[in-house]
Amino acid sequence: MRANFVFTEMGIAIRRNLSMIISVILVTFISLTFVGTAGLLQQQISSMKTYWYDKAQVAIYLCTKTSPQDVCPQGEASKDVRNTIISRLDSGTLKPYIEQYYFENHDEAYKTFIKEFKDNAVAKYVTPAQLNETFWVNLKDPNQAPIIIESFTGLSGVEEVKDQRSYLDQIFAMLNIASLAAISIAGLMLFSAVLLISTTIRLSAVMRRREIGIMRLVGASNFYIQLPFILEGVVAGVLGSLLAGGAIFALVQFFVQGFLAQQLPFTSFVGLADAWTLLPGLLGLGALLAGLAAFTSIRRYLKV
Amino acid sequence: MISINQVTKQYKGAPRPALDQVSLEIDKGEFVFLVGASGSGKSSLMRMILREDVPTSGSIHVLGENLIGIPNRRVPHFRRSLGVVFQDFRLLPNKTAAQNVAFSLEVIGKSAGFIAEAVPDVLRLVGLEEKASSLPSELSGGEQQRVALARAIVNKPAILLADEPTGNLDPNTSAGIMALLDRINLAGTTIVMATHDVGIVDKGRKRVVELSQGKIVRDERGSGYGVSK
Repeated sequence: MRANFVFTEMGIAIRRNLSMIISVILVTFISLTFVGTAGLLQQQISSMKTYWYDKAQVAIYLCTKTSPQDVCPQGEASKDVRNTIISRLDSGTLKPYIEQYYFENHDEAYKTFIKEFKDNAVAKYVTPAQLNETFWVNLKDPNQAPIIIESFTGLSGVEEVKDQRSYLDQIFAMLNIASLAAISIAGLMLFSAVLLISTTIRLSAVMRRREIGIMRLVGASNFYIQLPFILEGVVAGVLGSLLAGGAIFALVQFFVQGFLAQQLPFTSFVGLADAWTLLPGLLGLGALLAGLAAFTSIRRYLKV
Repeated sequence: MISINQVTKQYKGAPRPALDQVSLEIDKGEFVFLVGASGSGKSSLMRMILREDVPTSGSIHVLGENLIGIPNRRVPHFRRSLGVVFQDFRLLPNKTAAQNVAFSLEVIGKSAGFIAEAVPDVLRLVGLEEKASSLPSELSGGEQQRVALARAIVNKPAILLADEPTGNLDPNTSAGIMALLDRINLAGTTIVMATHDVGIVDKGRKRVVELSQGKIVRDERGSGYGVSK
């Protein structure tokens, strides 16, 4: 086996076939960028889930003067309502499920609101009285939120009981759909990449049919004949996946960390460390797909 | 050395078999002319010996290898002990004479040191040491066939198959190639040569095997192209 010779042959093949090789690199690049993006989204979802699910609470919103009439006919919730809720939360039936709870009055709710929306015009028009007094309940197991919801929904003086996870689930569902879309596009693109690689390699084999004919006559082993072609595909695939890796890093560095993380400072976003964990997979996938596509197409072309 | 027994080759859709119950024994060091009209089965027989094709029935043994049962992965190794030349030379146009010969050694994994020694030797043997760095387009037909011969014998094959090697050459040049083939044969290489060239066969007085419609119709030693009386 003379590696030198194999690489020279591969170099000749790549130069003769340059435009096709470039298109293979680009298609692999774009498809693997989609794969990587889907991977990043999944990592983002799982990191947000672990971060937020622990913090998510069940909120028991009490009626205010401005609450809708049909749910809060008696207007502002009275002290009695608060006491009823406290006694129920402390009762033997609910207490085992509850980690802790606390009460937030109008002024505290207002402070939190102003802090969160300080750049927003709405902050100017909101008064403390408009914001619900709220019991925030942390559960030992966030999955048991329905128990609290059932216990307090419909109670007089309670406007709404809301599991915060339901907001999060919507966000996660959207992120999931986005990552599914990215994966579907990636699948289509990878499929076309595989077809393109097969065509390229077969074209390359046709262009070198004299060499192949002589190699077969003088008894070069199949492996030796096929190797330059397979390497040609693998090199194109690896170059494409390297570009895709670069695009993923750029996406994380400039868009996620440089833009999103600045805009939404209290959310944990994927970082370069997550991008690093994706890189070997992308490289492996690119090399494997290209190698397999090249191998199967050259095998069909070269029978002993 | 080559043992062909009751070989029949029927191609799909062909009205009659390309080879029909052909049996032939060729011994070590023989020089055999394979003659016959186009379509008589000469090329099919050569392809069988090279294991480019397998017969429909019958058996072929070449150099102790049973070519019916040989696994595909062993075929390349088997072919290394055979040399082949064709009417159309089949040289690589972008490589020089020396590179063309070297290529056949490179692809079977010979070392650079071996190649550096073997290539000039074999080019000297075929009388082309002066043209080692010429491209095929700069060589005459006879010279190109010499390069092809050099490539075929550089790995010291036990058998040389020549498929109409003089088909594209004028009589003088052909005579030169034949002289070279004789020398290769005298050095111990078995040669099977398919040809249409009456003059060469008549002059050679060697074993002549004539095929017609896929059957061997004559097998004579020291014969000519036509039927000898």
